[in-house]
Amino acid sequence: MFTKKQLLIKGLLSVAPHMFSVIPFGIVCGAIGIKLGFSPILVYAMSIIIFGGASQIVFLQLLSGGASAVIAITSVGVINSRHLLYGAVLSEYLEKLSFIKKLLISYLVVDQGFAESNKFFQKNKNEPNLHYHLLGSGGTLWIFWQLSTLSGIIVGSFVPEELGLKFAVPLTFIAIVVHDLKKLDHVIVMITCGLSSLLFFDAPFKSYIIISPIIALFVAALVLRLKK
Amino acid sequence: MTWLSIIIAGIITYFTRMTMVALVDRDLLGERIKAVLAYVPSAVFPAIIFPGIFINDYGTFIEMNDPKIFGAIVAILVGYFSKNVIATILSGLFSYWIIIFLL
Repeated sequence: MFTKKQLLIKGLLSVAPHMFSVIPFGIVCGAIGIKLGFSPILVYAMSIIIFGGASQIVFLQLLSGGASAVIAITSVGVINSRHLLYGAVLSEYLEKLSFIKKLLISYLVVDQGFAESNKFFQKNKNEPNLHYHLLGSGGTLWIFWQLSTLSGIIVGSFVPEELGLKFAVPLTFIAIVVHDLKKLDHVIVMITCGLSSLLFFDAPFKSYIIISPIIALFVAALVLRLKK
Repeated sequence: MTWLSIIIAGIITYFTRMTMVALVDRDLLGERIKAVLAYVPSAVFPAIIFPGIFINDYGTFIEMNDPKIFGAIVAILVGYFSKNVIATILSGLFSYWIIIFLL
């Protein structure tokens, strides 16, 4: 059994390697906001209020391109709707928490934190206080997201665009799923999702980001049925 | 107006995080759905990976000789054998930079 402090530190350490992607992306995110002509306070406030990298960039790009607020807000909602899936997975491990604690910890559910904490939860199902791991992973990601978007706002114009730092984003997620490439069922699900995302890339409101997981989960259900 | 939009977008985003954790009773989900949910990482993250590699900033497909494809292949190989997140990310970035800056 782990103590709360141990779980917190394990959570922190589990996402620490992802900072090689989170920090560059945060800097890019802050820099884009300033380049598009928005005020520094506004660009930074999004990191606290929305706290979702890709959706923050899309929101500002849409508004600066002349799209209506309704379209920008809808796109943020659609892009972030994938958190519903994360929540559905995590709820198994968080169901014993009080309602207030559930409300608070939900704010920290983000991609890499979900992925790493979920891996830990699967191996340690019977641990009490599992939510401390999520607190450690999500909290670390939150802090570094704040610091890196802030740095991007301040020094972003000095970061050369040719570096292509946004490429760190797919790489961090490759690191998360690459281990499952040795399982055929997972490979089928991943390829379904990936090809669907390219096929539906031009669907309105960036909805490829939720359409393709839904298609992939249907395929996963089929695979499960065939496996029996 | 922009501020109000950000706050609304933030509230919606918070609801996407909170709804399934705090509002939906997990017992409503059947065993079959729970089994399918085990595939969530594999079913979600490729939707971030594939467009991040194959589609450029202007929303069009990249050429098949684009350095991002090479970087991604290196990252997959390094990640698969090293099981190390840092090595995966850095090998992908560096191999991408080597191609665009040195070749």
